[in-house]
Amino acid sequence: MIADSTTTVQQNALLAALIGLPALGAVANGALAVQTARTRTHAPDAPAPVGLASMLGVGSIAAAFIVAVLLFVQLTSGAGAVTAHFGDWLVFPTEAGRTPLIAWDFTFDRLSSVLALVITGVGTLIHVFSVGYMNDDPGFARYFAYLNLFVAFMLVLVLGASYPVLFIGWEGVGLCSYLLIGFWFGESANADAGRKAFVVNRIGDMGLIAAMCILFTQTGHLDFAGAHAGLSGMSTGLITAIGLALLLGCAGKSAQVPLYLWLPDAMAGPTPVSALIHAATMVTAGVYLVVRASPIFAASPTASLAVALIGAITALFAASIALRQWDIKKVLAYSTVSQLGYMFMGVGVGAYTAGVFHLVTHAFFKALLFLGAGAVIHAMHAAYHHAHEHGDAQDLRNMGGLRAAMPATGALMWIATLAIVGIPPLAGFFSKDEILVSVFARAMGSPLASASLMGLSGQVVLFVVLGFGTITALLTAIYMTRLALLAFEGPGRSSTSVQQGVHDAHGTLLWPLVALGILTVAGGWLNLPALIPIGPVGVLEHWLEPIVGETTRRLAPIAALPHEQELWITGGAVINAIFGIGIALWLWRRWAPVDAHHATPGTGFGGLLERAYDVDAAVQRGLVGPVLAFAKRVLWGTVDRGVDGALTGGGGGLARAAQWVSAQVQVGDASRYVWVVALGVLGTLAALAWRS
Amino acid sequence: MNAPNVSGMLMLILPEVVLSVGAMITLLLGVSGADAGRSHRAAMAALATAVVGVVLAIGMLTGAPLAPGTTFIANDGFRWTLTALLCAGTGAAVVLTEAYDRRAGVARAETPALLLLAATGMTLLTAARDLMVVFLGIELMSLATYVLVAMHRTSARAAEAAVKYFLLGAFSTAFLLYGIALVYGATGSMQLEGIGSAVASGAKLPGLLMAGVALMLVGLAFKVAAAPFHLWTPDVYDGAPTAVTGFMAASVKAAAFAIFLRITAEAFAPLLADWHPVLWVLAAATMVIGNVLALGQQQIKRVLAYSSIAHAGYLLVAVVSFSAEGATALVFYLVAYTLATMGAFAVLVALSDGTDRPLVRQDLAGLRERHPWLALAFAVCVLSMLGFPLAGGVGFFAKWQVLQAALQASVPQQTLAIVLVLSSVVSGGYYLGLIAPAFMQSPVPAARPIPAPPTGVRAIAIACAVVVLVLGVLPSSLTRLAQRSAPSAFAGGPTVATTIQP
Amino acid sequence: MISEALVVSAVLFVIGTIGVLTRKNAIVLFMCVELMLNAVNLSFVALSKLHGNAGQVFVILVMTVAAAEAAIGLALVIAVFRHFGTVDLSSLRLLKG
Repeated sequence: MIADSTTTVQQNALLAALIGLPALGAVANGALAVQTARTRTHAPDAPAPVGLASMLGVGSIAAAFIVAVLLFVQLTSGAGAVTAHFGDWLVFPTEAGRTPLIAWDFTFDRLSSVLALVITGVGTLIHVFSVGYMNDDPGFARYFAYLNLFVAFMLVLVLGASYPVLFIGWEGVGLCSYLLIGFWFGESANADAGRKAFVVNRIGDMGLIAAMCILFTQTGHLDFAGAHAGLSGMSTGLITAIGLALLLGCAGKSAQVPLYLWLPDAMAGPTPVSALIHAATMVTAGVYLVVRASPIFAASPTASLAVALIGAITALFAASIALRQWDIKKVLAYSTVSQLGYMFMGVGVGAYTAGVFHLVTHAFFKALLFLGAGAVIHAMHAAYHHAHEHGDAQDLRNMGGLRAAMPATGALMWIATLAIVGIPPLAGFFSKDEILVSVFARAMGSPLASASLMGLSGQVVLFVVLGFGTITALLTAIYMTRLALLAFEGPGRSSTSVQQGVHDAHGTLLWPLVALGILTVAGGWLNLPALIPIGPVGVLEHWLEPIVGETTRRLAPIAALPHEQELWITGGAVINAIFGIGIALWLWRRWAPVDAHHATPGTGFGGLLERAYDVDAAVQRGLVGPVLAFAKRVLWGTVDRGVDGALTGGGGGLARAAQWVSAQVQVGDASRYVWVVALGVLGTLAALAWRS
Repeated sequence: MNAPNVSGMLMLILPEVVLSVGAMITLLLGVSGADAGRSHRAAMAALATAVVGVVLAIGMLTGAPLAPGTTFIANDGFRWTLTALLCAGTGAAVVLTEAYDRRAGVARAETPALLLLAATGMTLLTAARDLMVVFLGIELMSLATYVLVAMHRTSARAAEAAVKYFLLGAFSTAFLLYGIALVYGATGSMQLEGIGSAVASGAKLPGLLMAGVALMLVGLAFKVAAAPFHLWTPDVYDGAPTAVTGFMAASVKAAAFAIFLRITAEAFAPLLADWHPVLWVLAAATMVIGNVLALGQQQIKRVLAYSSIAHAGYLLVAVVSFSAEGATALVFYLVAYTLATMGAFAVLVALSDGTDRPLVRQDLAGLRERHPWLALAFAVCVLSMLGFPLAGGVGFFAKWQVLQAALQASVPQQTLAIVLVLSSVVSGGYYLGLIAPAFMQSPVPAARPIPAPPTGVRAIAIACAVVVLVLGVLPSSLTRLAQRSAPSAFAGGPTVATTIQP
Repeated sequence: MISEALVVSAVLFVIGTIGVLTRKNAIVLFMCVELMLNAVNLSFVALSKLHGNAGQVFVILVMTVAAAEAAIGLALVIAVFRHFGTVDLSSLRLLKG
């Protein structure tokens, strides 16, 4: 008993530290930011407290990483999941008694351990990078406050042991994302981008809320274990409804079609933010949720097929847009959307480990790509500043030949490019390959293939997914090679003085890249396929077996794929990637230098891709415009002004009526008040006399 | 009669002894030592006494299992939780009145002493199980409060408020007393337990009993400011010194509800079906009248006066629910309400300029710029009164508990629940109307410069807001405490409640 | 005997109540309240003949409290007179609305 209680105390303390450290960092940095703002009212040019803020910011995340490693070691030593209960929040009466609707329960199990390590590990690297990147920003402390708060909420999201706690983290990261996208809110475009992300995410949240409502009314539980246990008594139709509602939520957070709109605009935030929030962690929350809710999706092949199909459509759609983007961050943003689609394909076909695997490797190489792009932008910005020129530091057309000036960044970016393209033995190759193999295997015969989605047979859907995935892989190879070529190879396209001003990253801007580069190279060893046994096979699969093993088997292929077929797929994928690189080389290696200022907008299909299929304009015309007009005319014009007037003191009708009444009753004359008291006495006496 | 020995008896009323002795010491300090700082030393002594009261009560709660009380004095969780709450409220009131009186230039030792005497009466009310003790507690609390209202002798408004409060209060006390006499005549007992068992076995004089119950309910309804016995409240709250108003709104009301619940639970339970409709109507009327009339007010203290009437309505819903859940909700609500009220009034004390000029919404304008932390604390406390989730902290759960109690009562009170929710929505109009100027208007230059708020006042405002927020995230500890504090009469489950007519 | 005493007590109580309702002078009002309290005392004394001495003890208690109440009440009335120059309740109307 004593040992038990000490373990509980220790578990509580460790989990509290894991979430609390970043939260404390956020509070401390927040106080620092307030203090700075206060000082600036007297001395407008007071410098930001860079040293203290970065120490608090990086220190708290690094400490959280150490705690996560400690917990992870405990987990590997064979102990069960670490759980902690920090009290109840909402208590709700049910037939079974008073069950906590929201209990502050957290669990560090095998799945959340992977996510927590990625969040704190990659998070630490990105925090370190931010120290260099944001060095001369006046809002330095505010930036770290938000970033730390983000990590805290992200940990709440992945460690929460129930849907509501997950949802709190889910909303919290959304809030931080909103704050960081609009970090430079002085420019209205940035603030608008933040608002867009906020609104689009709310649409997705409706789905998550709906799913929770159905789950609660049907099972009476919202904790993962209880709710999933209650699924057994539910009809498949209802489970599909829950799955689709969850899918809506995941599509919002993970930027899937049709709710992907916010992510490209989210690049308005500082680049490390894009790396951490909009590539490595937050946007993968949807994938995490599908894996966490795998009992729901495994019980509904239809919902699973929908996840896979949405993922495939998103992957292809976003990859095609990325082909013709000029802003280096936009290319990476669409690439992220596309890769998230890949993850959805994986988890959609029930290959949950493959999805998580790609999530992890993607976190490595996409963080590297974004940080590399950040280093390039930082260098270009400095060079423009130095040369007293104005130019877009993010436009690929202004770059070119940067590898000469930035050899280390260039080399690391090329490694990351080859990784995302899927060249062995880099991390991306293994994880993408596993997804494609899984899709193919299930298309050949599985519960999914025999199910149907909107009248289409599952097999057809799966082959469509496979086809989309393959084409996406080709397009990925093209646009990523294009990015690397335009940025680092060929002739320089900016003025000589700018070109001479570009210097390679160093210090805190460089070594996080190196660390991520190592992870990008080595990440594939996390989960080697049996086909390529160059190390321990299927580590991640074994690790996640207790969490998703059973649900994976429920959707697994009827027969294992023959080795030669698997070899064909793998080989085909590599050839596909090399082919894509070849096309890109052929198209872009000798690309005529066109200055961004003189570039004409593309025409025809290319132009359509450049404008991202005009979706934004269509949404603006068809949806936002009418809604705004409605809001302005009807809501603001009549409802709001009426209600506002009625409620707030002074003007409105109800308030005036209330004023009149109290003026009549509350005359101030106590010799009249006694009459009211006497009447009340008579009334009470009469009521009780009548009762008896 | 197995009368307990004297020391046992004294132990049972230890907090009351401590508080009244503290009041005497406070008075003595007010006339001894150097002239300068007399009132401050007295206030410190009173504060220390209140803290001792809190510590005592918490010690009783957390210490060994409580021995059974006597038929006069209860010794249960309900008593000690509320005693701790009331002593804490008194301590806060000591600090606030001292700051306020100092600013008005009338700081005297009598104010903290009177606060302690009122606290003695209030803590007695949490424990009273005999109608004599009830009467003594109510009068001790009320008489001290009448004087507190009038302490600012230069203020005509305060004098008017005090005399109105006094005459109406004495009038209602007469009804309460007559009610006590009639119940005593019908049942032959002064003790709640004895009355309860006499009523349960069939009263000999039902007419006398019913009249007595009715008059007692009237007296109690006056003390908690339930409509239509609420008319004194806006005027008295308006005219009283702001710090005293806070004390009345938070602690006096809490003590009145403590005895209200205990009398209904222990003595009148068998008559539930008879008095239930009366309280039902009072609760609904109080919620509606409080919330709607608050909309028309311009002065902050009047808004808060009507708001306190509305809260009395919510609390009556908990009483009407008449179950262990209802009692739990009542205790929970009182804690949340005391915190929010004390915090909000601390901010008002910080803003007052020392004259008895009533504060209006304009006085809050630009508070965010002048005192950002106080503005934040004010917003949190007011949102808590509104019952706003998260930002309003524990206030949301307080309403949630009352709603649950109403819906889970053996005869569910859907209508009251609906009235509660709807009138709460209306309350958003005036609560937000208080917060809005603090955050959205720029400051207007004050006619008289307002000195920087004393540390103690700031500390109370911010501490209340922080506790409100923390309990809003982790309400379960308070829930557990409140569950342990339901009067023992409910322990056996709502057996008596089956007699309610829907 | 008891019921007669109770009736007298009730009559006294009602007279006091009517006095409170109809008079405006604060001191007269207060005297009427005292009349109500003493009417109750009569009830207590009468009832204690039926139920034992608890009622008589209560009477002593009520008298003590009423004395304290009178001290406070008269002091308040003087305070009002100092500010308003009158003890007529209906002219105390600073606080209203």
